[in-house]
Amino acid sequence: MSAQTFQTIAPRPAPVQTEGVLAWVKSNLFNDWKTALGTAVIGAVLLALLPPLYRWAIANAVWVADSDVCHAASGACWGVVREKFRFIIFGRYPFEEHWRALLSTTVLLALIITSCIRACWKPWLAAMWVAGLALYFCLMRGGVLGLPRVDTDLWSGLPLTILLASLSMTMAFPIALCIALGRRSGMPAIRSLCTVYVELIRGVPLISVLFMASFMFPLLMPQGFSIDVLVRVLAGITLFAAAYMAEVIRGGLQAIPKGQIEAAATLGLSYWQTQRKIVLPQALAMVVPGVMNSFISTFKDTSLVAIVSLYELTGAMGMAMNADANWRPFRIEGYLFIALIYFVFCFSMSRYSLWIEKQVNKSKLR
Amino acid sequence: MSDPSTPSSSAPPQKTFSWRSQAFRALVYQCVAVLVIALAVFYLANNTATNMRARGIQSGFDFLTGAAGFDIGESLFAFDSGEPYWRAYLVGMTNTLRVAVVGILLTTLWGTLIGVGRFSRNALVRGLCVAYVELFRNIPVLLQLLMWYLLFTEVLPASTEPWVLGPLFLSKGGLNFPIPVWATGQLWAVWGAVAGLLAAWAYRRYALRAFEQTGHSKSMFWAPLAIILACSVLGWVLGGAPMEVNAPVQGEFAIENGGSLTPEFLALLLGLTVYTAAFVAEVVRGGIQAVATGQAEAASALGLGRGQTMRLVMLPQALRVIIPPMTNQYLNLTKNSSLAVAIGYPDVVSIANTAINQTGRAVECIAIIMLVYLSTSLFTSILMNWYNARAAIKER
Repeated sequence: MSAQTFQTIAPRPAPVQTEGVLAWVKSNLFNDWKTALGTAVIGAVLLALLPPLYRWAIANAVWVADSDVCHAASGACWGVVREKFRFIIFGRYPFEEHWRALLSTTVLLALIITSCIRACWKPWLAAMWVAGLALYFCLMRGGVLGLPRVDTDLWSGLPLTILLASLSMTMAFPIALCIALGRRSGMPAIRSLCTVYVELIRGVPLISVLFMASFMFPLLMPQGFSIDVLVRVLAGITLFAAAYMAEVIRGGLQAIPKGQIEAAATLGLSYWQTQRKIVLPQALAMVVPGVMNSFISTFKDTSLVAIVSLYELTGAMGMAMNADANWRPFRIEGYLFIALIYFVFCFSMSRYSLWIEKQVNKSKLR
Repeated sequence: MSDPSTPSSSAPPQKTFSWRSQAFRALVYQCVAVLVIALAVFYLANNTATNMRARGIQSGFDFLTGAAGFDIGESLFAFDSGEPYWRAYLVGMTNTLRVAVVGILLTTLWGTLIGVGRFSRNALVRGLCVAYVELFRNIPVLLQLLMWYLLFTEVLPASTEPWVLGPLFLSKGGLNFPIPVWATGQLWAVWGAVAGLLAAWAYRRYALRAFEQTGHSKSMFWAPLAIILACSVLGWVLGGAPMEVNAPVQGEFAIENGGSLTPEFLALLLGLTVYTAAFVAEVVRGGIQAVATGQAEAASALGLGRGQTMRLVMLPQALRVIIPPMTNQYLNLTKNSSLAVAIGYPDVVSIANTAINQTGRAVECIAIIMLVYLSTSLFTSILMNWYNARAAIKER
């Protein structure tokens, strides 16, 4: 019986690291040779593109509002934004009265943000909207409280964009709801009227609706009766947005199982009770992302009113730049600036849409 | 109060007329709705007629045969200012369709690439695709068009000193490229391609039958492609293999010869493609995500390869989800091409805009715009509804 001497076995290798930066880089960028090749190619392209972009946008850029310096520099001229930002933001609104446009737009934005918060979904919100809008129009239009009057054809820039977007969204939603219900109605005449409306509007570009609002609308009204161009364009955008939103809402209505409506009828609920208590709460929760998407496209669509000579943000920007020959070469910087404004608005709306989607779907979480 | 709705269980319910029945109420509502709409339309039409008479505006489509009196920057066929309005509209329509068709093709390719890229195993590719989608769909398409147009007209060099990329010339004057001179050889090549298509179709049928009988799959993509290519090259060689090419050359003031694309067309095409591709990418991503992962696992358990799994299992199911929103995006692209009016590309809307300013016939010109877009959209809408009805899940 020989005594066995104790021998250590070779140590096992450490387990493959699956956490930490290095492990992430390995599994996501250099997993196999194909991934590594992709990383190398894209990295090379980025390395070739980013430094010149950095030099143009930051290193060699001019930040002072001096057009001579800008002409001499090789980089971007952000001074143009500093020089012109009041004209880009407020457009044709009288220079001394800019504070009014700023204040009233802040009021409107505050209203919108309040309406986005769940804790504020109370009846007093409606009263606040009425009061806020009254304050808005008093401030913007003037003519009361000793403020000089500013006619609507001078309203422009970012305040006009926000006004057009928020009012057309809020007005389009109830119209869209009615049309969506109409398209699902059992009455053939009403159903076909709603269908014709939706298909007609969705079949044509927004620009033709705006042309109609600006060229044809005056002809449709009785003689001696004229409607402000802002109102006409607002009506055009609203009717356009309502058709798209109606389709989104109809999608939600279609997704409610028939059995629920039959059950409601068995319980003795009327048509409107069924819609209000059974169908709409479920359907609207389902279509929140779609409705938010159509809000975002309405916001972007307001840029089109520049074509029918209302100077919202895009139009005001073009006007501010084209009026001054010294700064005209730097329009691209101006465009990038307003692109950033649009991006901030649309991106925050899409993030809000994700949040609210989670909120309304809480009932489905287990 | 008697309850009218208690028929005995054996007898069929009697159809008695009642003023309070649901059917009668529905009839009243509908009559009222139709009447209100008809009255409103009549009122508006009456107003329009009165206004036009008062302002001395002529109406009617007779202006379409009158001379247009303006030139059009680019058109697929010859047009000069002495020709009638309807020819001008025709030019506008072909221009709209041209940018829409090319744009749809490019958008599909580019958008699908970005959408599939979001499933890449490479984090760099994924990140770039997310950034692309978020950046381009959150900026209005009009602004993007204006920016592209500015790039084409300001940043590019003048046409006297263009950027030369091989046979291509890029300058403020647009893109100039070589085109082969049309000769008998090209015609033969086209006939060869037609013959090749027929042969490829026959081959596909044969391959399918062989697969059904033996279970051995034959090449279904590369072989037909090779047949078509071989046939057209054969036709070209039989036609004398013409090599003559009309290449652009640097002239004294501009670039001469060759084919050319204007900066307006390029800016519109690029802007629409880049914008719509962001949406198409989301559609494609949604479609692929909608297919349950179990499907791919089951396919690989049956021994299908990655390519086969994609082609035979994933894509057919994803397509059901993808096609309706994709058609919507195609329609959006076509409708957004009307923004050409902002950068001076002569599409149907900008022709109509000029016509409104020249003749003052707003009603007729807007009606023509709407008719053009409506007929395109309604045609697609009918197709989509038909498809939707087929694809929808049936419920009683």
